[in-house]
Amino acid sequence: MITAEEEGIAVTAESRVQGGARGTRYSYLLDREEWLGPLMFGPAVLYMALVVGFAFFLALYYSLSNITVGSRSLEFVGLRNFASVLGTPKFITSLKNSLVFAFVSQVLVLILANVLALALQKEFRGKWVVRFLILLPWVAPISLGTIGWLWILDSIYSVINWTLQVVGLIGPDNWPMYLGVPRLAMGSVITVHVWRLLPLATVILLAGLSAIPQDIHDAAQVDGASFWRHYFQITMPLLIPVSTVAFLFGLVFAFTDLVVIFVLTRGGPYDTTQVLTTLAFFTGIQGGDLAEGAAIAIFLFPLLLGAAIAFLRIARRAEVV
Amino acid sequence: MLLWHRLKQGLARGTHFGIVAAFSIFAAFPFYWMLITTFKRTTDLMNRTHNPFIYHEPPTLEHLRVLFFETLYGRWLLNTAFVGVLVVAITLLLALPAGYALARMTGRWGEQLGIGIFLTYLVPPTILFIPLSRVIAGLGLQDSLWSLVLVYPSFTVPFCTWLLMGFFKAIPRDIEEAAMMDGYSRFGAFLRVVMPISVAGILTVVIFSFTLSMQEFVYALTFISPAKQYTVSVGVPTFLVHGDVYFWGSLMAGCFIASVPVAFVYNFFVDRFIAGFTVGAVK
Repeated sequence: MITAEEEGIAVTAESRVQGGARGTRYSYLLDREEWLGPLMFGPAVLYMALVVGFAFFLALYYSLSNITVGSRSLEFVGLRNFASVLGTPKFITSLKNSLVFAFVSQVLVLILANVLALALQKEFRGKWVVRFLILLPWVAPISLGTIGWLWILDSIYSVINWTLQVVGLIGPDNWPMYLGVPRLAMGSVITVHVWRLLPLATVILLAGLSAIPQDIHDAAQVDGASFWRHYFQITMPLLIPVSTVAFLFGLVFAFTDLVVIFVLTRGGPYDTTQVLTTLAFFTGIQGGDLAEGAAIAIFLFPLLLGAAIAFLRIARRAEVV
Repeated sequence: MLLWHRLKQGLARGTHFGIVAAFSIFAAFPFYWMLITTFKRTTDLMNRTHNPFIYHEPPTLEHLRVLFFETLYGRWLLNTAFVGVLVVAITLLLALPAGYALARMTGRWGEQLGIGIFLTYLVPPTILFIPLSRVIAGLGLQDSLWSLVLVYPSFTVPFCTWLLMGFFKAIPRDIEEAAMMDGYSRFGAFLRVVMPISVAGILTVVIFSFTLSMQEFVYALTFISPAKQYTVSVGVPTFLVHGDVYFWGSLMAGCFIASVPVAFVYNFFVDRFIAGFTVGAVK
């Protein structure tokens, strides 16, 4: 039996003869798959290795050195940066905030996205418009969307507070400062992040929903399963792999994001929304201590590695099935 | 019995409508709010007794005038377009051949390499920006838009390569084989036969690369300090917000103009983007 690959080679060999008839070495090279393949993906791989690979190792190296913005040389100082970083309460707070921020926001996203995806799976009039509106937070530049929230959550002119006052829930003199009070500020940045990542999770789940064969749903219908039974015993179990993918990506995006917190609170009030990424920025770039900033940023890596491994396992399992 | 059934159906429909409406409002409200604010006079905005949902004074174009004539906003839009176009070009040059080679010529090994490239997409700018800031300074590209042109493909290339890999796999092999029978070289078949029928995939890559580079924030914030060289996503939040007074009208106008039109175009291509994300999990 001839496989597709062998067939391809046979065809190539044939055209190589023709290429040879033209007599250029060049065309010969362009026909050999073992040369042409690497020649075609080489530039992309080389670029990625140079920028991402090199920068990543440089990050590791910097975190073990004493480099600052102005310094011309650097010394190797071992784990000193990590020791000094781990010893500061600010870092511990940031690490905790990062984890809270990422996990709470993504658990909320997962729950809400499940509800929304089910609602959007049905056909209804104006679905196109609804889809566009729901995708807006994800497809618009996040730094600009976040400024919209900055205005909505403004301490003096917040439209939310105005509405709450009209409804009678708060008085004119005790308007909450959404970005100025520790717990509220964390709640606000989490809300904005849920807002931002909900569309991505929803569309991923919708793709998963539409991949469930219709006859499974039909069978459940015939057996007279109620809505909830149908959802919890059929739809949800089948959605687990795709939900995991949505959750992992959301987790990575939330954990490594800097924009929302940088624009809304800059880590304040009193570092209650300070996360690893903002702390790395303030220490490394604004504070000029590149080494310590790099050391802080390295703490993002374990979670990313975990997510990547989980992602690979899902991809492999799907391949086997 | 029939009435009961009708009631239940009506209730289900009402709940469905309620859920869809609530989510739509949550998602779109900030953009609606930008639009309202854009045309409102400052005296109207800054009055706590005014109902913020309606115009108490006649709408004005003043904020737009300020935005375009008294700030660097127009310049930032141009900068963003400049970086975006070059990043798109570089991404196409690198990702098109790579996606094709990994889809067709390397077998199972290429699949692994493809996943490896895709995973670099998970290494975020927030880990790399500190060392890269030093590299950029070393190359003398600090404060230059070229620094962004150099670095942005690092997040567009992995995703687009992955996307194109899936795209090329869906094209039947017979097409190229027939072309090679006709005397094209393998590479010639790719250029002359595969590329023209891949317009949809190429267009997707163009849209993604452009929007991803337009959205980027961390690198631009780190590498560039003079206000003249900012891109929109960094210029608006840092420069327009940093003053003592917030010019909310112009600020919201700036956000709306730069986000909604792009979002509109992007909207048509989201499903392909998602197909890239879900890999094998949807089956």
